[in-house]
Amino acid sequence: MAHDPAHQHHANVDHTAMGIEKEHPTWSVYWKVATILTLITVAEVWVYYIPSFVASRGFVPTLLVLSAVKFFIVVAFYMHLRYDHKLFRALFTAPLIIAMTTIVALLFLFGKLAARTGLGA
Amino acid sequence: MTHAAAAHSAHDDTHGHPPTSTGLDNKKLAIWAFIGSECMLFASLISTYLIYKGRSVVGPYPHEACLPPACSTPLKAILNIPVTSASTFVLLMSSLAMVLALAAVENKDQPKTTLGEKILGSSKLWLWMTALLGTTFLGFQAFEFTSFVHEGLTIRTNLFGSSFFTLTGFHGAHVTAGVLWLLTLLAIDYRRGLGPTDAINVDLAALYWHFVDVVWIAIFTLVYLIK
Repeated sequence: MAHDPAHQHHANVDHTAMGIEKEHPTWSVYWKVATILTLITVAEVWVYYIPSFVASRGFVPTLLVLSAVKFFIVVAFYMHLRYDHKLFRALFTAPLIIAMTTIVALLFLFGKLAARTGLGA
Repeated sequence: MTHAAAAHSAHDDTHGHPPTSTGLDNKKLAIWAFIGSECMLFASLISTYLIYKGRSVVGPYPHEACLPPACSTPLKAILNIPVTSASTFVLLMSSLAMVLALAAVENKDQPKTTLGEKILGSSKLWLWMTALLGTTFLGFQAFEFTSFVHEGLTIRTNLFGSSFFTLTGFHGAHVTAGVLWLLTLLAIDYRRGLGPTDAINVDLAALYWHFVDVVWIAIFTLVYLIK
């Protein structure tokens, strides 16, 4: 490629209204991100087929960490949250924290109930 | 300068819209607020699935199950990991196509001399690619749902069936809405062409599409991979 179009300043794109604080990544960054996401997905499926690892205590935390990394990469690079206005970040992270807290709280609540009542054993 | 002239000038600076109090486009603020609310919708669906996980009293079960005393022949898992891994890859690639579509629209005014620049700068190509990959994902989901029904799992069979079809069905509905949104953008692109001034509208669709992707990232791990 003679030049990377994404390096150019987009004169007709309203950066302020779009909340773009830093220039968005180049197409080559997008390809690298896609490669990393694919490799993480391959790793996730790979560990799923290792019976000794599935039986170990590290299986679930490993999958959760890999999934969280993929989640963060897509949000930061593809959704441009790393490059855009902090108000957008707040609008996404605040409900996300509430949502994750809700999941954990519900699991804790129902897990406790199951242990106490013997339901779902 | 009169007030009217000043107001007219301000309108011109913001592509015909009056400036907002935040200086940010209200549509983009709205889509982020919408995505935030969607996080909580999917959190409720995911937590319902996780709470009911392992509590079905009749099969089919998502993963290999052992019902004592017949543990020598465990019940077969119904989830098809190779097929779902392929559909996950397809959805991840659709996100790549979507960011390339947005970059193509933002850079429409840039000169394109080489073949590579022309390919990367074609918003129609990347919008088509995204819609096609999204439709392929829906095809995988239709295949999965059909095979589950043939194996005796419906939304009424057990707790797994109810929570699984509700969660993945809601996600599939979101993907369908995303594909329709992409097709409307394509129609606009063919009719008058999408340029840098339309970047905000493509950005909104892209944010929605990537959100659908990150929800699937969570579903793939929590529903399919964790036993």
